[in-house]
Amino acid sequence: MKGKIRVVVAKPGLDGHDRGAKVIARALRDAGMEVIYTGLHQTAEQIVETAIQEDADVVGLSVLSGAHMTLVPKVARLLREQGVEDVVVLAGGTIPEEDHEELKREGVSAVFTPGATTMEIVAFIESCVAGAAA
Amino acid sequence: MDEDRQKRRDEEQWSAADREAGSLRDADFTTVSSAEVETLYRPTDLAEHDYDRDLGDPGDFPYTRGIHPTMYRGQLWTMRQFAGFGEPEDTNERFRFLLEQGQTGLSLALDLPTLMGHDSDDLRSEGEVGRCGVAMDSVLDMERVFEGIPLDRVTTSMTTNAPAAILLAFYLVAAERQGVGFDQVGGTIQNDILKEYIAQNTYIFPPEPSLRLITDIFAFCADNVPRWNTISISGYHIREAGATAVQELAFTLANGFAYVDAGLAAGLDVDVFAPRLSFFFNAHIDLFEEVAKYRAARRIWARHMRDRYGAKDPRSWLMRFHTQTAGCSLTAQQPDNNIVRTAIEALAGILGGTQSLHTNSLDEVLALPTERAVEIALRTQQVLAYETGVANVVDPLGGSYFVEALTDRMEQEAEEYFRKIDALGGVVAAIDKSFFQKEIAEASFRYQMQVERVDKVVVGVNKFATGGPPRVDTLRIDPTLEARQVERLRVLRAGRDQAGADEALSNLLAACTDGENVMPRLLDCARTHCTLGEMVATMKAVFGVYHETPVF
Repeated sequence: MKGKIRVVVAKPGLDGHDRGAKVIARALRDAGMEVIYTGLHQTAEQIVETAIQEDADVVGLSVLSGAHMTLVPKVARLLREQGVEDVVVLAGGTIPEEDHEELKREGVSAVFTPGATTMEIVAFIESCVAGAAA
Repeated sequence: MDEDRQKRRDEEQWSAADREAGSLRDADFTTVSSAEVETLYRPTDLAEHDYDRDLGDPGDFPYTRGIHPTMYRGQLWTMRQFAGFGEPEDTNERFRFLLEQGQTGLSLALDLPTLMGHDSDDLRSEGEVGRCGVAMDSVLDMERVFEGIPLDRVTTSMTTNAPAAILLAFYLVAAERQGVGFDQVGGTIQNDILKEYIAQNTYIFPPEPSLRLITDIFAFCADNVPRWNTISISGYHIREAGATAVQELAFTLANGFAYVDAGLAAGLDVDVFAPRLSFFFNAHIDLFEEVAKYRAARRIWARHMRDRYGAKDPRSWLMRFHTQTAGCSLTAQQPDNNIVRTAIEALAGILGGTQSLHTNSLDEVLALPTERAVEIALRTQQVLAYETGVANVVDPLGGSYFVEALTDRMEQEAEEYFRKIDALGGVVAAIDKSFFQKEIAEASFRYQMQVERVDKVVVGVNKFATGGPPRVDTLRIDPTLEARQVERLRVLRAGRDQAGADEALSNLLAACTDGENVMPRLLDCARTHCTLGEMVATMKAVFGVYHETPVF
């Protein structure tokens, strides 16, 4: 049986805005999840490697630089190429509404934008991961 | 003692009366930073005050009331909207638009690859070229940005930190090619690396060589570019990362003192470089707390510079600052409300005596601002300056029992932080120990929980929400620009005198190694069309790179 939900919180690309990522990381930890925060300036390859090594259930990508349409699909694609298709990929940050559909087509389960609460993110993760196990 | 007792009795009566009447709303009465404030402030709160010692007239030590005797009657603040995106030509167009609209100073935003020292054709730049600022690979890009804008007639602020020396070299060579001498250009580089380790995270080199680059700039500009503000010591990003008002105040000034220490350690006279130091603060939504913060900042800086560092030149005592309204206070929901927030925050900066001001655009929480949104933001400043009358009287809140008491308390709390930082071994040691990072993460998490519990109300988000997606058109960055910028780099590398560029880079390497001032070498690199990425790679070979210890 699997124990705690394992979440990799990652900051892809050159963006240094980590306020949101850190708040989410702590809220997920407080909600009983095992949180691995990659720190800043990660390449897509590094994030995928961490996700595999850590046997992550969820990878949360925080992007506030406007580069989400390059960085987020790349992580999702590399995960698929590595055969880890059961990982839930989430995106958060300043991501305009009109980009959400395309990100979802690329394999992102949900996009959380400014104003989203940690409670709704916790609830979403719990529902996804529990759903996958059932 | 009698006064203390009297004060306590007064307070008890007030709160007792309020309780009996059941007249207090069920609400949080603390500031946005969670600082306690009383129901009412009275003369007893200022019992210890001495006007000449603690306030002084504007233009007099300790400058609590402002740095000029006439303030905005003499000269309004500079309206300086931060701009930059896409290719250099896009930014040039936006700059010309802003100058035509009556803006009086320019402020250049650079893209992340530039800020992190990568050329546009670097693999790590993929997807980021021209996104949150303009791409700047060589002096040719700087020339394109300022095409048709005479550099002796505008002042420019450049938001660059780790590679600030390189961007300054690009700017100076661009001026040189317009026929403008170094002594005729004016502007500011942010150049505040300490707050990058603390909050914003666009660092490249470790602290020690980074501080050396900063003191090289101090020394070079003191001799050659007298109108240049060599550093803008920034609380803005510390606040945006989630710090409280007192943390912003204390950490920023602690960084300021660390730069003074670095200048002194490099053998410079304090009065040679201190007059060119400037500051940059956030203007958050809690009006009085912000005004008190600016007033406390001026007083702390003046006292430390005169009494602790022994600066003799009064210009070394003056804390001049730029203000930007708080991006983190804006909401994606009901974005039109952001116009109101920004107006009140701008008012705080003005009542606090700022020297220049950027007002955020209503759509900045969603994307880079559109031209229409930027215009509203600039008009907000113009309404404040020309219609409201707030610029007519200097320090209009001076003498307010509340604002003076808050100013005093924020100064005391900042001093407590200075003692803690000193006990940790200074700013760099405190960064190594993640002191600031933990303090900020804690404050930011606490605020998020307050918002989620609706202890802190955010209109349109956790109260008065209407649902539905925001209705705003946002600026889209042309995705093909990255390829064009990469092609320009190829043309530049193919067309330059390679031997000249190589020689300039090897001279730079030597200067980094042997401690010679790097600025003249960087100017030669710029003139011979070395790229930013090439210069940074050369410096990394000597200085190494910085890695953070993440804490949350």
